[in-house]
Amino acid sequence: MVELIAQYPLLAAVLALVGLGASFGALLGFAAVRFKTEGNPLADQINEILPQTQCGQCGYPGCRPYAEAIANSHEAINKCPPGGEAGIQALADLLDVEPIPLDEEHGEEKVKSVAFIREAECIGCTKCIQACPVDAILGAAKQMHTVIVSECTGCDLCVEPCPVDCIDMIPAQAQTIQTWHWDLPDPTSRKVDIIATDGPDVDNARDEAA
Amino acid sequence: MRKVFDFHGGIHPPENKVQSLQSAIADAGIPAELTLPLSQHIGAPSTPIVTVGERVSKGQMIAAANGPVSVALHAPTSGTVIAIEERLIAHPSGYRAPCVVIASDGEDQWIAHEGAADYKSLDRGALLDLIRDAGIAGMGGAGFPTYIKLAVKAGARIDTLIINGTECEPYITADDVLMRERAAAIVEGAAIIRHLVAPEATLIGVEDNKPEALTALQAATEGSGIEVVEFPTKYPSGGEKQLIEILTGRQVPSGGLPADVGVICQNVGTAAAVYDAVVHGKPLISRITTVTGEAVSQPQNFEVLLGTPMSHLLEKAGYRAADNERLIMGGPMMGFTLPSAEVPVVKTTNCLLVPSKVELPAPPPPQACIRCGLCAEACPASLLPQQLYWFAQGKEFDKLEQHNLFDCIDCGACSWVCPSHIPLVQYYRASKAEILQLRRENEKSEHSRVRFEARQQRLEQEAAEKEARRAARKKAAELRAQEGAADSGGGEDPIQAAIERAKAKKAAQAAGSQDISEQERLEKAVVTTRKRLETASTKLEQAQTEGSDLVDALQTGVEKTRAKLEAAEQALHDYLHANSTVAEQKPAAPTDAAQAAIERAMAARAAEAAMDPGQKARSELDKLQQRLEKSRHRLVQSRDAGDEPKIVEALESTVSRLEQKVTQARDRLAELEES
Repeated sequence: MVELIAQYPLLAAVLALVGLGASFGALLGFAAVRFKTEGNPLADQINEILPQTQCGQCGYPGCRPYAEAIANSHEAINKCPPGGEAGIQALADLLDVEPIPLDEEHGEEKVKSVAFIREAECIGCTKCIQACPVDAILGAAKQMHTVIVSECTGCDLCVEPCPVDCIDMIPAQAQTIQTWHWDLPDPTSRKVDIIATDGPDVDNARDEAA
Repeated sequence: MRKVFDFHGGIHPPENKVQSLQSAIADAGIPAELTLPLSQHIGAPSTPIVTVGERVSKGQMIAAANGPVSVALHAPTSGTVIAIEERLIAHPSGYRAPCVVIASDGEDQWIAHEGAADYKSLDRGALLDLIRDAGIAGMGGAGFPTYIKLAVKAGARIDTLIINGTECEPYITADDVLMRERAAAIVEGAAIIRHLVAPEATLIGVEDNKPEALTALQAATEGSGIEVVEFPTKYPSGGEKQLIEILTGRQVPSGGLPADVGVICQNVGTAAAVYDAVVHGKPLISRITTVTGEAVSQPQNFEVLLGTPMSHLLEKAGYRAADNERLIMGGPMMGFTLPSAEVPVVKTTNCLLVPSKVELPAPPPPQACIRCGLCAEACPASLLPQQLYWFAQGKEFDKLEQHNLFDCIDCGACSWVCPSHIPLVQYYRASKAEILQLRRENEKSEHSRVRFEARQQRLEQEAAEKEARRAARKKAAELRAQEGAADSGGGEDPIQAAIERAKAKKAAQAAGSQDISEQERLEKAVVTTRKRLETASTKLEQAQTEGSDLVDALQTGVEKTRAKLEAAEQALHDYLHANSTVAEQKPAAPTDAAQAAIERAMAARAAEAAMDPGQKARSELDKLQQRLEKSRHRLVQSRDAGDEPKIVEALESTVSRLEQKVTQARDRLAELEES
């Protein structure tokens, strides 16, 4: 055998390549089984970007199903109004596609809001409780219901089922002293990145000329 | 002489400290009204424990610490609580925040208080509680609750305690005068903190631009084992991390705390406040604040009660409103513009800067970044400010974090050196805040996701449980049905059993037992109908006495039942009458009824065999018609008796089947007759 190989260098090369191929194949095959990824990591990543409002405005029953649809069946990334442009941008970055404007069909980007139950009018029908995707409504049959503000995602889903129309969507608490923060320097009020010839006098002169 | 180190970067802005150092600390006096924000520290706002209209003494606790990261708040002078409401406070947002407002009575009456001069005998926890309840929070500017810093975590080894007397920011001299005039209190306070933290070395770091303070401290620390360290002046060496590097050469890791490198840092003002609280029992109700700038005629330091309006201080210092454009709390580097002169002095107000219009003019318009790199050279945190600037403009938050934006201490050195006047630090401040807000939002969305998934799981589980219950019920019903069959069949083949049952029945019928059961049935019908009639009549009587509307309905019911009873009695009578003849004949029949039946059947079969097809068909038809009659009769009976609908249905189907058979038999007969 050794003599045969020595006699035919070609055979040696072929044997070496086949051997390498087989061993790497076996290694990869083992790795594929041993380090198999459970679930769909892409859907998980997409799901993390989605705002988890669970509002269903995208046409899917919750954020997770929409994430899976994007990951598996190339669903458009512009169907999430609560995520807004920022969300679309993040999805586009993740999936390496061009960001597209929000699909108006599915609603528009609105200010964050929370549900508010006018408690005096509530008849305790529990319909909103069943509709709430995050269990943010508290109450029992024939008892007054109320919204746990900190849990409410502002998804709107409780408004429609209410038979007495006692649920309002009110804008989420405006900025407080705790949530206030500095804004980026405003480029419109103060010209950012002007060059020397863009001085105030030059500006005025140009405005006059125009 | 201790070796001092240097930190990267730093700047040397004009100090402007001499203006406010011309006189000793002055007493700012008692203003008519004191506004005390409930949140003068980092952490949860304190909870008010006084009510509107209540009289409070100087030093009385008016709000208690709320939760683990919070400190108490005290009345700075005696007077009456006139409001607990939202007031404008010293915050760059210009928002209102809950405050306790006290109208002073001018008597300045202290509440009974006593210190614990022998603090070493106190329990560690008690001492920390004392510091918390004295309302002490970091007085250098951040306002972090002091007792938390001093409650060293188990396992953490603190080898160096640093008392920060650096005060590197221009204009501010509050710590300087404190060190000059109250060095003993600072050293005593440091000793108390040292007792709590038990470090190997206790250092007081002071820049070399404060020689009087250094002398005073050196005199006060004589023989105490506390070391006063002098080091070259540079901005921002008063930053906690920078000072630690200067004094120990250690760098606090990114995102870490000084305790991670075995150091705890406290401001000199905090040390003095700890001394007052522990030794004299006086809570933190006043502080030293520098009022300086070209728009005041007597820049100086005041001992000022917390809650004093800034306007009161300005008046004391000779404020010239015409010269001034804006009020700054803090220094020119890190301070912020106040929304109004009526905002109160708080625990962190170290300076009120009142610059003239020429002193601190509005920054010139920013120009393009020329990539000169001066900002990177000046950055005390060794960051890359221009890189961060690009990312901040593009809102690339992940890149900002990768470039350690959160190590930025907002010192403003980069903005100060920038030849293009780019407000770099504003970009970082805004970006940091935005990132923190995004994190909060992500946390919230993560929370929503968890709740959503929990709900989905719960719903699925509920559905599965329902399904399981349904399946269990179905199985139980099947089992019952099987058991029922097994009971009657005695475990044998059910078909066989049915055939046997049918045979036995037939035999019994032949023996005339059916007649007996028929009689029994009729008797029973009579009895039950009678009973029903009785109950109906009693009900009717009741209804009549009560005058109910149902009388008519009950009346007809009673009548119907009575008719039924008569019919049943008649049927029984007829039956008995017809049977008496049968009974008379019976003795003549063979004794063995079964044998007789067999013989009859055999005879019938023989006769059948002997019959021609036409006769056969006719007799079949007759039999079927008889069966049909019987079935119909039974159906009527069962309907009248009000049997279960199932039985009635079964009888109905039997009748219809028999009707079909009768028509078939008739057809066959007709065919036969034709042929």
